[in-house]
Amino acid sequence: MSEARERILADIRSSLKRSRLDPEAEAELRARVTAHQRNLLPARATALNHADQVDLFVAMAEEVQATVTRVSSLAEVPEAVACYLAAENLPAELVMAPDPGLDIIPWGTRPLLRIRRGRAEADDRVSVTSCCAAIAETGTLMLVSAAQSPTTLNFLPDTHIVVVRGDQVVASYEDGWDRLRADGSTEALPRAINFITGPSRTADIEQQIELGAHGPRRLHIVLVEDGQATGNAENDE
Amino acid sequence: MLATSRTFEANVRAGLADDNLQRALGLARTGFPLRRRLAIERLPEFEALRETGRSIKDHTLEHLDFYLEFYEGKVVASGGKVHWARTPQEACAAVLQICRSVGAKIVTKGKSMIAEEVGLNEFLEENGITAVETDLGEYIIQLRHEPPSHIIAPAIHLVKEQVAETFRAEHRSLDPTRSLVEPRQLCDEARAVLRPRFLAADVGITGANFLVAETGSSIIVTNEGNGDLTQTLPRVHIVMASLEKVVPTLEDAATLLRLLARSATGQEFSSYTTISTGPRRMGDLDGPEQYHVVLLDNGRSTLIGTEFQDMLRCIRCSACINHCPVYAAIGGHAYGWVYPGPMGAVLTPSLIGIDEAGHLPNASTFCGQCESVCPVKIPLPKMLRHWREREYAQKLSPPVYRGGLSLWAWVTRRPALYHILVEIASRALGWAGRGRGRFRTLPLATGWTAVRDMPSPEGRSFHSLWAERRKSGADK
Repeated sequence: MSEARERILADIRSSLKRSRLDPEAEAELRARVTAHQRNLLPARATALNHADQVDLFVAMAEEVQATVTRVSSLAEVPEAVACYLAAENLPAELVMAPDPGLDIIPWGTRPLLRIRRGRAEADDRVSVTSCCAAIAETGTLMLVSAAQSPTTLNFLPDTHIVVVRGDQVVASYEDGWDRLRADGSTEALPRAINFITGPSRTADIEQQIELGAHGPRRLHIVLVEDGQATGNAENDE
Repeated sequence: MLATSRTFEANVRAGLADDNLQRALGLARTGFPLRRRLAIERLPEFEALRETGRSIKDHTLEHLDFYLEFYEGKVVASGGKVHWARTPQEACAAVLQICRSVGAKIVTKGKSMIAEEVGLNEFLEENGITAVETDLGEYIIQLRHEPPSHIIAPAIHLVKEQVAETFRAEHRSLDPTRSLVEPRQLCDEARAVLRPRFLAADVGITGANFLVAETGSSIIVTNEGNGDLTQTLPRVHIVMASLEKVVPTLEDAATLLRLLARSATGQEFSSYTTISTGPRRMGDLDGPEQYHVVLLDNGRSTLIGTEFQDMLRCIRCSACINHCPVYAAIGGHAYGWVYPGPMGAVLTPSLIGIDEAGHLPNASTFCGQCESVCPVKIPLPKMLRHWREREYAQKLSPPVYRGGLSLWAWVTRRPALYHILVEIASRALGWAGRGRGRFRTLPLATGWTAVRDMPSPEGRSFHSLWAERRKSGADK
């Protein structure tokens, strides 16, 4: 261990006027760290039923300039994506996360969509990903990095399209943590967890808000109302 | 970074006389407080969250040794490394050693106040490594060779015409006749210029808003997405953080995140809040191969247990800066170092010494706005008073000022004498100023009357009016 480390810890203990904590006190703190005890949660989203949480998620996301299309089943996703691209005058060319949850979407129904699966490269203009959860409280998407969900898709292309299933909408960030922990990754968190609330923005020049500073200029959410129709095994809570 | 806090008075004069600065500050003065207020009105739990935020930070500071060791253990378990640094020199050396180990030529940087504090850019340049700031505001001031003037809006002192001028001077390969009138055009140009830099960088350096002991994670809160490109694309990600950034759990981080964006920009949540844990995993298609954290002390460990410990709760939201009438008049550069406004006036003497930064604790009207908007309830005015006391005790203030204070203290400790003197003074001044109601100039107070008029007293002191009122029973 480095000398700096020992000196800093010694300085902290000397300032706290004590030596290293005794094992009992350390055990108490360890218990606090592993208890996942929640602090006060705003009632804004937690007080709502699930349908209202979905509505709140949409309203909050739209408030920060994300756009949302609501469809009733996964089968309608390809058309929603194609229509969005056409309306925004964007090429029908996508880079998509190699995600089994996206593979079950019948993309073949829109044969003009050219789709590459993988991470984003410098010249990709539109990406499509799924998400881990959608937080109603602030209209925030929660994406996690993995082999099937590369992080570059969230930041390099000008346009990021996210497919959200209704049953992925939760009230709070804390619900998001719990989803992640339930996924079994107790060893370590994924390398990156991205909470995304609207497209990239800056107000660094004269306080004027401009979208698309370095990340996506557009964030489009395709919300699939009936999460259960996907044939996905995950249970709703 | 070399401090110019010593020349605070001259810095202030320059700031007040700078028309562009005054125009830019005029835009900031109303925008930030208004947006914060609107965001807080929408969250009835905000006050309760402030209390929770304060207790999370206090709890962590009381057990900081434990949480730092726990945090380090988790960083190592997820494949990362922690580099402990007592001083700015040690922090810079740690970064350089990592950069050299991978033969880095270009380093991209997300916004990091710790990197500013240790003077990282200059150090890397001296050692042949190009550091590119990628936050739009930081990029602009890097081109202009200026320090940041605000902790979350580093180029807030500039107007768009100055940015356009800078871009024309620096982006010489672009069409000189292009239009650069609107912020939109300036943003687009910076985006286009910086994109290849992101892709070419060997190392990406970011700051950290929080470190999470439970998981060994670092959290950055941004709006532009530059921090995420910085930490995702290069082979190596270095996080620069000071040790008080650690919090126990993800739940604790969530609580503080609810306070941070609302207090800072008045957003419900920033566009991007990113939790990073270790390097890329087996099978991942992107992300850095190495994850390092440079953990800086720089005197913070010795603030624990002192009257300045509360300052270590600070989550760098800038609400105190945005609500400070002094900052709004003089701008951030006048403070002369990395941290401006009330939080800077408390922190700067702690980090670089009261002899270097003695003017800063005096740059306050004690209006108390800073404390009332602080999301973790730091008693900033109280700590400014502590610094003034130390300045006095260490005989750092001018003799005339100290003499005046001593005299004042001597008189106020003798209430009978004080009341007599005040009665005489208010009657005399009331008589002398009758008719006009103000003084253009006053002996012994020319410093005050040189730039403003002194209102003349009503002729009676508050104490005598109060005594009269009590006697007549009018207050019953």
